[in-house]
Amino acid sequence: MDEPLHTLSAAELGRRLAAGPLTSRALCEALIVRYHAVNKKVGAFTHLDEGDVLAQADASDVRRKAGQGRGPLEGVPVAIKDNIAVKGQPLTCSSKMLASLVSPYDAHVTERLRAAGAILYGRLNMDEFAMGSSTENSAIQKTFNPWDLACIPGGSSGGSAAALAAGLVPLALGSDTGGSIRQPASHCGVVGLKPTYGLISRFGLVAFASSLDQIGPMARCLEDCELLLGALASADARDMTCFSPSDRALTPAGDAKKLRIGIPKGFLGKGVGAEVATAVTAAIEFYRSQGCAISEVELPSADLAVPTYYVVATAEASSNLGRYDGVRYGHRSASAGTPVEMMTNSRSEGFGAEVKRRILLGTFVLSAGYADAYYMRALRARSKIRAEYLAALATVDVLLTPTVPTPAFKVGEKASDPLQLYLEDIFTIPANLAGLPAISVPCGKSGHLPVGFHLVGAPLSEAKLLAAGRLFEAAHGFAHQQAAL
Amino acid sequence: MSSSPSDWEVVIGLEVHVQLHTRAKVFASSPWGFGKEPNEQVDPVVLGLPGTLPVVNREAVEKSILFGLVVGSSVPEQCAWDRKNYFYPDNPKNYQLTQKDFPVVVGGQVEIELPGVSRNVMGEHKFIRIHHAHLEEDVGKLSHAGSGSLVDYNRAGVPLLEIVTEPDLRSAAEAEAFLRSLVALLTQAGVADCDMEKGQLRCDCNVSIRRRGAEKLGTRTETKNLNSISSVRDTVIYETARQIRELEAGRTITQETRGWNAELSRGYILRDKEDAHDYRYFPDPDLPTLRISRETVARLQKLVPENLYDRQRRYVEKLGLPFTAASVLVANRELAEWFEAAAAVHPANPQGIANWVTNDLLRDLAASGTAGALLTDEVLPAVSLASCPIKPVQLAGLVKLTDDGVISKQQAKEVFAEMFKTGQEAVAIVDAKGLRQNSDTGELEKIVQEVIADAAVAKSIAEYRAGNEKAINALKGPIMKRTQGKANPILIDQLLRKFLG
Repeated sequence: MDEPLHTLSAAELGRRLAAGPLTSRALCEALIVRYHAVNKKVGAFTHLDEGDVLAQADASDVRRKAGQGRGPLEGVPVAIKDNIAVKGQPLTCSSKMLASLVSPYDAHVTERLRAAGAILYGRLNMDEFAMGSSTENSAIQKTFNPWDLACIPGGSSGGSAAALAAGLVPLALGSDTGGSIRQPASHCGVVGLKPTYGLISRFGLVAFASSLDQIGPMARCLEDCELLLGALASADARDMTCFSPSDRALTPAGDAKKLRIGIPKGFLGKGVGAEVATAVTAAIEFYRSQGCAISEVELPSADLAVPTYYVVATAEASSNLGRYDGVRYGHRSASAGTPVEMMTNSRSEGFGAEVKRRILLGTFVLSAGYADAYYMRALRARSKIRAEYLAALATVDVLLTPTVPTPAFKVGEKASDPLQLYLEDIFTIPANLAGLPAISVPCGKSGHLPVGFHLVGAPLSEAKLLAAGRLFEAAHGFAHQQAAL
Repeated sequence: MSSSPSDWEVVIGLEVHVQLHTRAKVFASSPWGFGKEPNEQVDPVVLGLPGTLPVVNREAVEKSILFGLVVGSSVPEQCAWDRKNYFYPDNPKNYQLTQKDFPVVVGGQVEIELPGVSRNVMGEHKFIRIHHAHLEEDVGKLSHAGSGSLVDYNRAGVPLLEIVTEPDLRSAAEAEAFLRSLVALLTQAGVADCDMEKGQLRCDCNVSIRRRGAEKLGTRTETKNLNSISSVRDTVIYETARQIRELEAGRTITQETRGWNAELSRGYILRDKEDAHDYRYFPDPDLPTLRISRETVARLQKLVPENLYDRQRRYVEKLGLPFTAASVLVANRELAEWFEAAAAVHPANPQGIANWVTNDLLRDLAASGTAGALLTDEVLPAVSLASCPIKPVQLAGLVKLTDDGVISKQQAKEVFAEMFKTGQEAVAIVDAKGLRQNSDTGELEKIVQEVIADAAVAKSIAEYRAGNEKAINALKGPIMKRTQGKANPILIDQLLRKFLG
């Protein structure tokens, strides 16, 4: 009972809250103390409304006392990436464009968390509009990797991963368009799950690339990740791409020791660092030793994934971000003129360089005369990739690779080389293109920096991914690991 | 050598934007309607707030399918939405959700009726093909006030069905007739109200000309945002004359987008082809392809009303109505159904009932202000007969009393006026006023003989017997006087002839 509260898992905190005498207020107060001690170094949170947090905690304590606790997350804080709407809280997407925006409504996942009794705990830093792999594109602040403050935490959900690894909060929401949950999870030594496209409502998630975006749970252990996933996943009529109640049953996990694991042929050739390769190879050998069937699979179109992604994602983004024009909300240029000039100036001033780069790219690939050569072709490639993955996943249960080819790099190291940065997502992007569930599980270190492996499964096979992760976690003790700060 | 206008043929295609009659907006649950304060009918989805998503309003889709069924299109198995990207402050997301490749209506045709040589002669009928119709969202309204601009998003997201014709129209009169038919079809099926004063129907008009007999279409111009049938007609006339003038002067027609100034009755250039937008269409990732089940189609098929020209033909051919009355009745579905309800009660005389409806009933409704629009010459909107004081069965009763000789035509007018005022049954009014005709032959024979014997009418009798038919009427007045006007005039006429013969 002597462990500091910030080191405990969400599940354990939930159990202690239910059993007493721990109160949500005491827990939140302890985390706020931790926040004041640590957040400045890590830069994970961009906003924490302490009064609001404590008011929520008190309300939770009252509920529990009255025997009206809402389940295992009652009174447990969940931190939220700053692109998911919470009524009355900032919704900046770490952009100057939305610096002043306060959301007038709750996202579906926010409603779900409230219904589960969770405490909505602060706003997490991110790459501007979720565009980036290092959280360096935030217009608000930098976030640093708790395992080495000179390194990036990954991105775009860098604030989420760093907050978990720094013991600032037990649970966090991220969003994942090409790897934005899994890549920072890998870099920070935490668990991150990108669900099957359609499992979790996107209502209230600020769109980057609508056909790829999914909200997902991030945690320090598999149990917590599963707990949070259960709270988030439910049907929502406000998102027409979200599965209806009749279509959303998860495939049962089965026995993790009987999993058929596919290893994509030649993945080690894709710029994978030596220590990453060692850790991931060890994970493969672990599963083999447990009785899993390991086989090599061919995914001939896998090399198309990154270029395909950067056409599809930027095309959608160029349209999704059209609404930020200073007319209704957000940054409005002080240099007036005609309405259209005002819109142009507002966008020029409000967006950062990476966002502008992607809007320009997306506008180009959709333009008359180019759409066939780029956008339409990318859609065909996407179909092909999806078909190949589904075919492979008909013969194996999961595909295993590293999550990221190399461990976290130094802040500023790749800032001038966007193309190099885009390769961070080489293993994670196909799951978004194919709409498949995928998870990053911590599996070792490269030097002092965490390394994770990546599992992709068939649609709605989240339970299998989590069970496979648990098998590994139970044997290796990576659960709950936190950086010493 | 100059040529006459008749050497040229005008080719017209219309794009008609119709606001659908729905409770909620097309992709949001916010209601909409006319006459609200600016930005009163908005919600996070309508305003395109970050994180919001569109949800297809099934009612709007079903109204669109219903339109497709009304014009006899084959309802597609699926429809889908695309994004049309362009920046303008009236467009909350800076893209418009529309249907580019998979519209909800494909094909179909609209029967039109051209004006006849006179009001009571039916004009030529033609069929105008519908290319497709797609369901999209309307935009807000931008207005410039003083140094700034104001934007109202009440209209943003209102369901808009864009109906695109083939270039089948050949004159301003045909364009006008098409729009009248279209409005009648839309309103009669409850798809849309088409109130042009509220901007519920707006038209883009494509016009080109070619030498009569030529096959190749000329270069067309598109005149945008016409908000009345007369503006479309005037635009076609103006644009035809302008294009003839240009070509005959040896110049060419430029493919351009034009506007129309209704006050000056003049068109003007908005932008030419070089300035055409690149809308960067792509499939909307938020709205999955919508499957249209055959069950839905079958259910909606039952809501398709009888086509107005089928109805008109039935009235003329089966019920023997004159064209004028038939055309007035079918223009308004409620009025036609009112008429049919009355005719069903008294099937012996549909013409008589039609006369009452198209003359007396419409006149009195117009005078009492409950259905003024029924008589206007512009489009006939959906007008409610619900407040009409006379029920169909009551009018049928009145016509039957007349047909049975119980009251005279003159008395019937009096009864109708009373019925319109009080809503009472005809029989009750007749009894209360003591209007029943006297058809007692024995009593009337006595009175007729007394009058004939009166020396005061001897001159008229002589004239009648000398061959002046009309002289007999002079004897009818005294008879009516003695019977307080209740004598059956037909019977009196017969008796007079019998006794004077």
